[in-house]
Amino acid sequence: MSSTLAGWLQVLALVAALVLCYRPLGDYIARILTTSKHLRAERGIYKVIGVDGDADQRWPVYLRSVLAFSAVSVLFLYGLIRLQTFLLLNLGVPQMEGHQAWNTAISFVTNTNWQSYAGESAMGHLVQMAGLAVQNFVSAAVGIAIVAALIRGFTRNRTDRLGNFWVDLVRINLRLLLPISIVFALVLAANGVIQNFHGFHEVAGLAGDVQKIPGGPVASQEVIKELGTNGGGFFNANSSHPFENPTGFTNGLEIFLILLIPFALPRTFGRMVGDNRQGYAIAAVMAIFWVASTALLTLAESQHSGAALQAAGAAMEGKEQRFGIAASTLFASSTTLTSTGAVNSFHDSFTPFGGGITMFNMMLGEIAPGGTGSGLYGMLILAIVAVFVAGLMVGRTPEYLGKKLGGREMKFASLYILTTPAIVLVGTGIAMALPGERAGMLNSGAHGFSEVLYAFTSAANNNGSAFAGITVNTDWYDTALGLCMVLGRFLPMVFVLALAGSLAQQQPVPATPGTLPTHKPLFVGLLSGVVLIVVGLTYFPALALGPIAEGLSS
Amino acid sequence: MSKPLPAVVRTHFTALRVLLVLTVILGIAYPLLVTGISQVAFSGKANGSIVKSDGKEVGSSLLGQNYNLPKKNPDDPKEDPVPDPKWFQPRPSANNYAGDNSGASNLGPNSEDLLKAVNDRRAAVAAFDGVDPASVPADALTASGSGLDPHISVAYAKEQVNRVAKERKLPVETVAKLVDNYTEGRSLGFLGDEGVNVVLLNKALGESK
Repeated sequence: MSSTLAGWLQVLALVAALVLCYRPLGDYIARILTTSKHLRAERGIYKVIGVDGDADQRWPVYLRSVLAFSAVSVLFLYGLIRLQTFLLLNLGVPQMEGHQAWNTAISFVTNTNWQSYAGESAMGHLVQMAGLAVQNFVSAAVGIAIVAALIRGFTRNRTDRLGNFWVDLVRINLRLLLPISIVFALVLAANGVIQNFHGFHEVAGLAGDVQKIPGGPVASQEVIKELGTNGGGFFNANSSHPFENPTGFTNGLEIFLILLIPFALPRTFGRMVGDNRQGYAIAAVMAIFWVASTALLTLAESQHSGAALQAAGAAMEGKEQRFGIAASTLFASSTTLTSTGAVNSFHDSFTPFGGGITMFNMMLGEIAPGGTGSGLYGMLILAIVAVFVAGLMVGRTPEYLGKKLGGREMKFASLYILTTPAIVLVGTGIAMALPGERAGMLNSGAHGFSEVLYAFTSAANNNGSAFAGITVNTDWYDTALGLCMVLGRFLPMVFVLALAGSLAQQQPVPATPGTLPTHKPLFVGLLSGVVLIVVGLTYFPALALGPIAEGLSS
Repeated sequence: MSKPLPAVVRTHFTALRVLLVLTVILGIAYPLLVTGISQVAFSGKANGSIVKSDGKEVGSSLLGQNYNLPKKNPDDPKEDPVPDPKWFQPRPSANNYAGDNSGASNLGPNSEDLLKAVNDRRAAVAAFDGVDPASVPADALTASGSGLDPHISVAYAKEQVNRVAKERKLPVETVAKLVDNYTEGRSLGFLGDEGVNVVLLNKALGESK
C-alpha cells in the first residue's frame, strides 16, 4: 500500500469513528447536562462539599465558582510541585524554581499544558498523577461547564439562572471523562504504553551502552491528556515518546481521543436547543477547517521545502519512523485545531509553511473543533458575529435561536474576539523589543520570530504546543507566558458567561420569514467566511514576518 | 455568635473541598485501578516491554539504543562515539538515546546547523555502509522526535545488510531474512508507517551464531 493511500485511509477511518460517536456521545452529554437526577455517589459528594445540587446559580455566582475553583487549583498545584521533594514517589528530582512552578501550575489549570520543564527529569509520579493529571480532568470539565452555561442561555427564558457549576463539574468528571479514560487507558496499556510506579531502571544494551529506562503511571495520564485536550506530556518528547505512543494504532487512537468530545459537543448543543440541524451546521464548519488544514499540512510536509529538509530528502527531522509523514501531520493539525498541544512530531522542524499552518490553526482560536467546551463556545461566539454581520447586510436586528442580539450581546462577543489577538500580538511585540528575550530563540531570522510568535499564540490560546527551540525557562518567559495563559483562559470565560446571562433573561422572539436560517449550507459558508476574515486577518501581518517570509525565501 | 463568612470566602472553601474529593477519585483511585488491572492483565507491556537475550535484560523493544564501539578512554567525555559495524545502526538522536532525557533537535527547516548535520551524516553513513551517498534514506539523516525511535525505514535496514553480513561473516541471505522477520507493517494495515525494529533485529542477530 502506498503511503498516500494509507494516509487518506487514516483520515477516513478517523472520520468514520467520529461520525459513529457523534449522536450517541452528543446525546449522552446533553443528558448529563440537563437531567435533574443525581447519582448516589454524586449526592454523597455534594454532602461532603456542602453544596445543594438542585440550586441553580446566577451567572456572576457561576463565574465566581469557576474562578474560585481555578484559583484554589493553581495554589494547590503550585504547593504540590514545590513540596514534591518531601513527598512519596518523587524519584529524587530536584526542587523546581518558583517561577517555573507558577508557570506549570497555571499552565495545567488553564488547560494549556505548556511545559517549560522536561517531564522525566522534573516531575515525580505523585505530582504527575495527583496534581497534573487531576487538572487534565477538571480543566477539561470546566470548559464543558462553561459551554453548558452558554447553551442554557439560549434554551432558558426570563430567568437569571444558568445551572450549578459544582454539579456540572462533578457530573462531567464522573459520568463522562472518567469512564472513557478507564477503558482507553487499559487499551493503551495493552498496546505498550507503560503503567507502573517504577523509577528509572538501568539496563546494559546489546552493545554495552547503559540506558535508563523510565517508569510511571503513563497510560492513565496519556488518555486524559488527549481526551481533555490538555496535551502535557508525561515525558519531554510528549506523544512522540514510544512509552506514550508506541504504535501506529495507539497514534490513531490518541488522535481519535483528542477529537472525540469537541466534535460530539455540537450534537449536545443541537439536542439542548431542540434542533439537531443547528448542531450539524456547527459541526460542518468545524469539519471543513479540520479537513482543509490536514490536507494542506500533509501537502506542505510531503514537499519538504527548506534547505536542510531538501538536503535530507524528506521532512523527517523531529518525526518518528513508525508514524511517518501522514500520521504526524494528522496529529499536528488535530492537536493545534483543538487546544491540545500534545505533539507526536516536533513542529519547530516542520517545513516553513507546515509550521505556519500549525500556528494559523491556533490563531483561528481553536474552534475547529477546539478544546473540550472551549471550542464550541468559541465557535458559538463567531456564529453570533456571523448572524450579526448578516443582520447588518439586510438592516434588521439579528437574532440567533430566538434570542435577539442587541448592543449588550454584541459588546460581549466583540470583547471575546479581541482578547486573544491582543494578548498574542502585544506579548510577542514586547518579547521582540527586549534584547534578552530575543536571545532565547534557537534559530535566527524569520524562523526565530516564528518561535516567539508561536509561544505567545500557544499560551494565549491555551494550546501548549511549542516551536520548542526557544529557551522559555527564564524568569521573564515563565512569568509573561503564565500571564498570557491566565488572561487567555479566563477573560473569554467572563464574557461568555455574561453573554449567557444576558441571553437567558430574554423573552424568545418567534422566527419570521425574515429570520436568517442558521442550519442551512448558506450559514455554514457565512460562518466559515467570518472565521477566516475576522480571526485569520488579524494575524496576517505577524504571519507575514514569520513563516510566510521564511517559506518564500527558501 | 460569629458572623457567617462572606460569600467569596465560602466559595473558595467549597472549591477546596471539591478539589480534594476529585483528587482522591481522579488522582489516586483511578491511576491505582488502571495500574492494578494492567499489572495483572498485561504486565510485560505495562512494565516497558523489556527484552531479554540469554536470560539477561538488554533493553526495551520500544526504546532505541546506541550500538557503538567501546570508548578508547572511558573517562573522556569529549571522545566521539564510533558506531560498531557489527550491528544495525539506528537513526540519529538529538539526545544520544538517553532514556532520562527524551526530545528532538528542534532545528528549523532552514537551519544551517541542521543542513551541515544532514550533509555530514550523508557522507559518514555512505562511507560506513559502502553505498552511493545519494541513496541514503532520509531517516538515516534526521533525528527523530523522541530521540528514542526504535525503528528505521526498510530502505535503511536493507542498506546495512551487506556491511553487517561481512562483519559477522554470515551469509547475506541470512541477515536479509532477519530484516524481513523484524519488518513491522502499518498497524491494521494502514495506521502509521512501516519500519524495522532495530532492537529486536539486533537481538536476533546477536543470538544467531
